[in-house]
This record gives sequence, C-alpha cells and structure tokens, in this order.
Amino acid sequence: MKQPPFPWIRMLSAWGVALLLFFPLFWLGLTAFKTEMQAIAVPPQLFFTPTLDTFAEVNERSDYLLHAKNSVISSVASTILGLLIAAPAAYAMAFFRTKRTRDILMWMLSTKMMPAVGALVPVYVMAQTSGLLDSLWSLVIVFTLSNLPIMVWMLYSAFREVPNDILEAVRLDGASVWTEFRHVILPLTKGGIASTGLLCLVLAWNEAFWSLNLTSANAATLAGLIASYSSPEGLFWAKLSAASLLAIAPIIVFGWFSQKQLVQGLTFGAVK
Amino acid sequence: MAPAVVTLFLWMIVPLVMTIWFSLIRYNLMQPGEHGFMGLENYHYFMTDPDFWPSVRHTLMLFASVIAITVVLGVGLALLVNEPFPGRGIVRVLLISPFFVMPTVNALLWKHMMMNPIYGVLAHVWHFFGATPIDWMTDLPLFSVILMLSWQWLPFACLIFITSLQSLDREQMEAARMDGANRLHQFWYLVLPHLGRSIAVVVMIEMIFLMSVFAEIYTTTSGGPGNESTNLAFLIYKQALMNFDVGVASAGALLAVVLANIAAVFLIRLVGKNLD
Repeated sequence: MKQPPFPWIRMLSAWGVALLLFFPLFWLGLTAFKTEMQAIAVPPQLFFTPTLDTFAEVNERSDYLLHAKNSVISSVASTILGLLIAAPAAYAMAFFRTKRTRDILMWMLSTKMMPAVGALVPVYVMAQTSGLLDSLWSLVIVFTLSNLPIMVWMLYSAFREVPNDILEAVRLDGASVWTEFRHVILPLTKGGIASTGLLCLVLAWNEAFWSLNLTSANAATLAGLIASYSSPEGLFWAKLSAASLLAIAPIIVFGWFSQKQLVQGLTFGAVK
Repeated sequence: MAPAVVTLFLWMIVPLVMTIWFSLIRYNLMQPGEHGFMGLENYHYFMTDPDFWPSVRHTLMLFASVIAITVVLGVGLALLVNEPFPGRGIVRVLLISPFFVMPTVNALLWKHMMMNPIYGVLAHVWHFFGATPIDWMTDLPLFSVILMLSWQWLPFACLIFITSLQSLDREQMEAARMDGANRLHQFWYLVLPHLGRSIAVVVMIEMIFLMSVFAEIYTTTSGGPGNESTNLAFLIYKQALMNFDVGVASAGALLAVVLANIAAVFLIRLVGKNLD
C-alpha cells in the first residue's frame, strides 16, 4: 500500500497552526532583545537592532544564577525524593491489590484538586516552626508532596503493565522483593518511571505559588522570581521578557528533547 | 510495602487535618489570640459570600470550556499532523512548546504582550482589520483566562492524540475505505473510538490541574473586574491573604475539596473504566 502524497494544503495548515501557537513565545523572545522603547513601539517592530542590555539589567537586579540554581536543586531533588517514596507505594498498589486500592488512588488524585492556597497556612506554620522558611528544604518537601499523587498514579499504571505471568514465574523461583524489583520490574517499566520523573521535573520547575509564599531572598526559584514581577512593573516589557525567557528557556529546551518519552508515559499506558 | 502507603497517607493527611481544625475555629490573623470554637460558622460565612456561587460557576465553566476546546482542537490538530510531511518534526516541537511555559510567564505574556489594548499584538491585528481593539482583561476576563489556559493545554492534548493516532490500525482504515466509508464515517466509527482512552486521560489530567487554577488569575485579572473571573482557588486566596481570615479560608478550601470530589466522581465514572 502506497501512502497518498501529503496534500500541500494540509501541510501549509499544519505549519500555519504550529506557527500561530508558537507565536506568543516567539514574540516574547523577540521582545527580550529590544530596548524598552522598541518593545512598546506602535506599530510593533519586527526588525530592529537586537541588544543584550536588558539581560544584563535583569541579572543585576536579581541574581539569575542563584535563582536558576535554586530551581534546579529543588526540582531535581523533589523528583528523586518523590520517585523513592512513590515507587514502593505504587508497587504495593499495583501488585498487591485490594478492593480499596482504587479508592485510595482516587482519593490521592482528589487531594491534588484542592487549591494549594487551602493548605498554605498549615504548611507555612509547619515551615516556620521547623525553621525551614526561605530554605530549599521546605520547597523540596512541598514539591515532593504536591507531586506525589501524580507520581504514584503514573507509576501504578506503569507497573500494571508488567505481565502477571512473569511475576509469578519469578516468585516461584523464590526471588526476594528487591531482586524482583531490580531485575524484573525496573527494566520493564523504565520508560514509565522516566516519564514520571520528567513530568515532575517540569511541574516543580514551574511551580510558583509555594516558591512565592515560602521563600524570599535565599531560596526563591525562577518561577517565584517571575511571579514577583507581576504588577508594579507592568510596562517594562523588555525586562519582563528577558527575565521570562531566562526562566522558561531551560525547561523548554529540556522539554523538546524529552517530549517523546514524556508523552508515552503520560498516557498511563492507555495509549500504545 | 504497607509502610510506604502509610507514610504517603500521613504526609497528605496532616495538612488536611490542620485545615479541618482551622476551619472550625475563629482564626483571623488580624485578631491574634482569639481562637474560639466556631463550629460550622466559617462554612456558613464562606457559602453566603456573594462571590461564592459565581466563583463555583466560574470554576466549572473554566474547566469545562478548556477541556472542550483542547480536546476538540487537539483531535483536529493531531489528525492534521498525523501523516508525515516536510518539517513535521519542527512542527511538533513548535506545537508542544507552550506546555512547558510556566503559568506565571504564560499569564504575563498574554496579559501584556498579546492582549494589551494599546500595545498588544492582538490590538494591532484588530486595527489591521479596521476594528476597535478589545480590552480583554476588562471586557472578557473569564474568556481571556480560558484562552490562556487553552493555549497552554492544547499542546498537551494534541501530543497525546498524536501518539495514540500512530497506533491506529492502517489496514482497518484501508478496509473501511475499500468498503466505501467516507471520511466522516471513518472518523466517527474508527478514529474516534480509537482515541477514546486517550481522551479519557487528557480529561482526567486537565481536570486535576484546572480545578485549582490560580497563577493565571492572580497575575492577570486578580479575579476581577468585580468577581467576573474569580474562581474558588482565588476566592480562598482572597479570604486568607487579603482578609487574613484563615478560618474562613480553610472552610473554603474544604468546600473546594468536596466540589472536586463531586466532579471527580462524575468524571471518573466516565473516564475510570477506560483506565483500568
């Protein structure tokens, strides 16, 4: 069977839609290299002499590298910690299922729907009493907690994909739980585990609410930094764009490279 | 492995129990030291707030419309880029990018650079066609938020559908074509059922994130004008951090959990059997 040639109308519309969806980001990137006057020029300028001054200003005003470091540490650490906690739980749920397993999973997901602000006061009080305000530890713990339901769910689905026959054979051979996990389940589900980690990395990187409320100078992440730009500087578009670009560029580039992996895992094994 | 489940359970239940406790006492940061037991009065207060029902309605409208938009357009887009064509890799990369943009940047980008009625790109587009630019944040606040969220979630829906479409049985499609099924029939009886499970996944994940949308509203409209774009998450925020009333805010948070669970029961019924 020969594929019909892809009609050029469909190709053009695919490109058109893609460019349209990407346009706001393109514009953000463009504005970052303008001066403030060029940024709000009427009509908007598509061609101009790019400048790096705004980036320098942004970095001068707030230490970009410190915030970037905070973002990297908090998202990576919370992802690893989350995987370590979620994996055993998901393992237990997937392979030793009871009637309540499903209800517990649902309950976990429903806690995710509670607005974070509802838990703000308790969490703030706990962070304060334990002296973890404005420390990366509080962020790591909170990010881990808020991502746990999703992690457990995704890992659960990944583990459910492991064929029962293999497990039974391994257990008959008297393998320990660890051996079983290390040599059978891990190799079979590494795609799912990777995408769980990837998604949590993205979510933790982008999380602004807790960063804003639990940290100030020392431990603020990039997302928290950008959120603090929100209103008073309304019209400093070039600086806003430069700061935003610096904040989203790492995770977008990371996303481009990991998109296939991410999507496969995200579908909970429902799509093959 | 039970300890892991228990730890997990504890870690999630502690803030919940504290929130329940706060919701039952008088706890206003402006009146320190007064922690009398209130019973359900905080709940009563929160539910009789004139902003309460509008915010429930906005919460539901927000997530229903974003889900509808992203699923419908996502299926369309996925069909569009399903067959190979020159540059498909780049198109995919461009399509998925908005998903990785952090919500605060998304909101600021749309508010200032796209939707600003004087300098925004959309204003220029409107001028180009000889129309008067729309003051998005003032005239269509909820719709603006829906637009931003759809922009962020469309790539996500689209990518999952693309992945799913790639496993569509080509021979079956061919057979259907031979039998004279037209494109609409092919779509309705073959493609759509095939996408069923991935649609379920998209609906479920988006629901989880859209019930408690906050950053976008906080950075753009602050719930206004009036209460026209206030959702439950934002209303709770107002109670906690603008009125400093932790008790009422906690009551509100618990009501939000209840609402989330009701919505969850409905959707999980629909969606859950697709995921087992």
